Amino acid sequence: MQTKQLDRVVIRFVGDSGDGMQLTGTEFAKAAAEAGNDISTFPDFPAEIRAPAGSLFGVSGFQLHFSSSEIHTPGDAPDVLVAMNPAGLKTNLKDLVDHGTLIVNTGAFIEANLKKAGYQTNPLEDGSLSKYKVHSVDISHLTMTALDGTELSTKEKGRAKNFFALGLVFWMYGREPESEIRRIHQQFAKKPEFGEANVKVFKAGYHYGETAEVFQTVYKVPPATFAPGMYRNITGNEAIALGLVVGADLAGKKLFYSGYPITPASSILHSLAKYKNFGTLTFQAEDEIAAMGAALGAAYGGSIAVTASSGPGIALKGEAMGLGVMTELPVVILNIQRGGPSTGLPTKTEQSDLSQSLFGRNGESPLPVLAAKSPGDTFYCAIEAVKIATRYMVPVILLSDGYIANGSEPWPLPNLASLPRFDVVHRTDPNNYFVYQRDEKTLARAWVVPGTPGLEHRIGGIEKDALTGNISYAPDNHEKQTKVRAEKVARIAQDIGELDLSGPESGDVLVIGWGGTYGALRQAQQTLLAQGKQVSHAHLRWLSPLEPGLAKIIRNFKHVIVAELNMGQLRQVIRAEFLIDVVGLNKIQGLPFKVREVQDAIEKLLTEAPKPSASTSQPLATA
Amino acid sequence: MSEAVKIKLSKKDLESDQDVRWCPGCGDYAILATVQRTLATLGIKRENTVFISGIGCSSRFPYYMNTYGFHTIHGRAPAIASGLKITRPELDVWVITGDGDGLSIGGNHMIHALRRNMDLKIILFNNQIYGLTKGQYSPTSQPGTRAPSTPTGSIDFPLNPISLALSTGATFVARAADTDAKLMGKILEEAYKHKGAVFIEMLQNCPVFNDGVWEGVKDDPAGKQIALAEGKPLLFAGGTKGIRLGAGLVPEIVDVGEGAGKVPASELLVHTERGSHLYANLLAQLVQPKFPMPMGILYREDKPTYEMLANQQVHEAITKQGAGDLTKLLYSGMVWEVGADGTRH
Repeated sequence: MQTKQLDRVVIRFVGDSGDGMQLTGTEFAKAAAEAGNDISTFPDFPAEIRAPAGSLFGVSGFQLHFSSSEIHTPGDAPDVLVAMNPAGLKTNLKDLVDHGTLIVNTGAFIEANLKKAGYQTNPLEDGSLSKYKVHSVDISHLTMTALDGTELSTKEKGRAKNFFALGLVFWMYGREPESEIRRIHQQFAKKPEFGEANVKVFKAGYHYGETAEVFQTVYKVPPATFAPGMYRNITGNEAIALGLVVGADLAGKKLFYSGYPITPASSILHSLAKYKNFGTLTFQAEDEIAAMGAALGAAYGGSIAVTASSGPGIALKGEAMGLGVMTELPVVILNIQRGGPSTGLPTKTEQSDLSQSLFGRNGESPLPVLAAKSPGDTFYCAIEAVKIATRYMVPVILLSDGYIANGSEPWPLPNLASLPRFDVVHRTDPNNYFVYQRDEKTLARAWVVPGTPGLEHRIGGIEKDALTGNISYAPDNHEKQTKVRAEKVARIAQDIGELDLSGPESGDVLVIGWGGTYGALRQAQQTLLAQGKQVSHAHLRWLSPLEPGLAKIIRNFKHVIVAELNMGQLRQVIRAEFLIDVVGLNKIQGLPFKVREVQDAIEKLLTEAPKPSASTSQPLATA
Repeated sequence: MSEAVKIKLSKKDLESDQDVRWCPGCGDYAILATVQRTLATLGIKRENTVFISGIGCSSRFPYYMNTYGFHTIHGRAPAIASGLKITRPELDVWVITGDGDGLSIGGNHMIHALRRNMDLKIILFNNQIYGLTKGQYSPTSQPGTRAPSTPTGSIDFPLNPISLALSTGATFVARAADTDAKLMGKILEEAYKHKGAVFIEMLQNCPVFNDGVWEGVKDDPAGKQIALAEGKPLLFAGGTKGIRLGAGLVPEIVDVGEGAGKVPASELLVHTERGSHLYANLLAQLVQPKFPMPMGILYREDKPTYEMLANQQVHEAITKQGAGDLTKLLYSGMVWEVGADGTRH
């Protein structure tokens, strides 16, 4: 037995959607974080809760990248693939690196499953896997054996097999089993017989690695170094919920959150529903429109009002969002994007709701839009959204996506005392009050809430007089109000921080991105820059108004490339805003960018002379 | 809701400075005046009173009330009102809607606000027509209604607003006509005192697009209406006729009195506001032209309200777990420290 040190490993667990692959992956990620590695995860699962066993479309996967140095993405291609059944192998083998390690549950490679996966012959026997390091383990059978003599039914025993796989990889990477055993007991505290069984199987997997002579090597990925401080592992939806609670506190207000169940936003509601002792009120509305309406009602009453959804739900909320624009009420709208249009790809990631956010309402209806770049960043974006909504009296859209929402990373815990407060003050002075009288700097109207004596007034969706707030159909007044609503959003630029730019302020290629593609873009740019190539990366947090820092540098590069997981929605905005040629790097597969794809696209541009013709705006296709 | 010290207001105090813009002769004027007059006598605080409406003729109502007001979007008033009421339970929240706004485009919000027993006072102006969009038939129009969108007569069956309110869980259900200020005032007062989802069907006349649609009920109140009175039999036509429950729970009209072919009053149904849902639903089925229509409070029930329960859960969580500590919340789960050397400790 030898121990081999590695800098980084990408491992992917695949199996039936009922095989517990998400749990296996999450637990192994915790172990890596606990061992001090930098980690990044990518859960990838079907929309079906329990797809028919063995089917190709029912395969659920979880990819984990753990490393002894800083990483930005869950990894382009797995070095290790753990396949619990033939369907998982079939759909994922193409991603495994050449000579990669393959751990296969042979117990599931029975004729029926092979047939469901479309295998004519058993790949374990026909030599088709010869270029990989294959470890055949009958996990199904070994799990049953480990549970011999327990009271559990055969079906219940079978369900524990993911813990065998987990034990096996714990051994392979020299992870400490004790804390995992504690976690299993905790997780199954209400059903101790299952906890006991899972621990048994987990240990069996661990010991199998130790005693069976199939593995010649144990791998060690040393801890990464981090900036000193306190850390926790966090997903985007967990962090965004925390950010909302903290944001409301910084505003000195109570949080009201209304939502309607939708993937991948629902877990935010689940988190916030547990934070009642913070005074947080949550409301599961009858539909998306009601969720938006209730948020408006709560904002009208003086709460920090938030609603969340994904694209299809946001479409339904559109009219009520327009009412928020018209009545100038502070609401935060979260869009956890998924593949579209229509129902699209509910569990897959995409950035195709940018145009919807910017333009998806009737009339001239501008809204501030910002996007989070990583799971931990959603925390700060949520706070910023609350701050801008209340300071400017405007609904704010915060974009996240399925990749950030479900992916996790080690997160340096914020120092709460260092976060600046932005306490909200409601006007109570009845003298000379006019509904649409505005603050000189922000153009915000005063937030007067019901219950304030002497300030009774009426608001509504019909155009209002620019001062009194009475109904007005006057032509000049409408133009004035329309312009002031746009100007108010534009002025948010004065509160936007420095542009997140990596690399020099001029050069050959500027890569512009936004949202969850941050990790892949930043890693690609840094790799090329280290090779001496003049490549910079600007990552936009604010999309409306556009980051003011972009205008200062965008013309300093020979090529500008906008990389996004859509057909070129930001590219269109940038071209219109700056009247310059911009190339697109676009991918619409429900999957995040690979670092390699980004690097290839940039390198291709570097070898080309700049062409000012419109034809270069065609997207560079990705594989 | 009821203040320790009643504040004296006059009707005028509840009138806003805006010109009322309904068509001449519209039933809405009478409803507005009665609401202003009644609320003035109830000791409300203007600042704690909010009128929220959707879209339609009736939904202009909030602009004319000198209280807080929110004229929202089509059908969504109950949703917006719910968000306000949950977060500000101390406010009196009234919802003004119509048969199109509340029962067609906003039907979903209506049924769920009632189901939750949200403490909202919902007044639905039922004129069986879309007025603001110039006269299309509505979900309460009688079959055969000729309108611009149904020139050869509407072919769908109307829904019964009272029946809907009862079946979805409203805890105070009443009906009045726009012309009957006295009954309207009494219902508004009782509705104001009720803690829970109020649904008032206001039979309202649209003189432009559906004039006289309730005349069958209104022109001869004694003959075409049952004035509901607690503990009293269901009588109409000057007490000469009544409602008896026949076989198969079928309500039947009988002549009341002594002698051949007449039924003694003791055999009639006796009204109770706190009767069974079955009884209230039976009342809901008494509609023109076959039956006289019951007017007054059809049903009431005491039940915990949504906003009370929601805030109670928050209160209990704070009592049990203590007021939330943000640092503790952030530092929950798997937390570790990285030391000065950059590695985990």
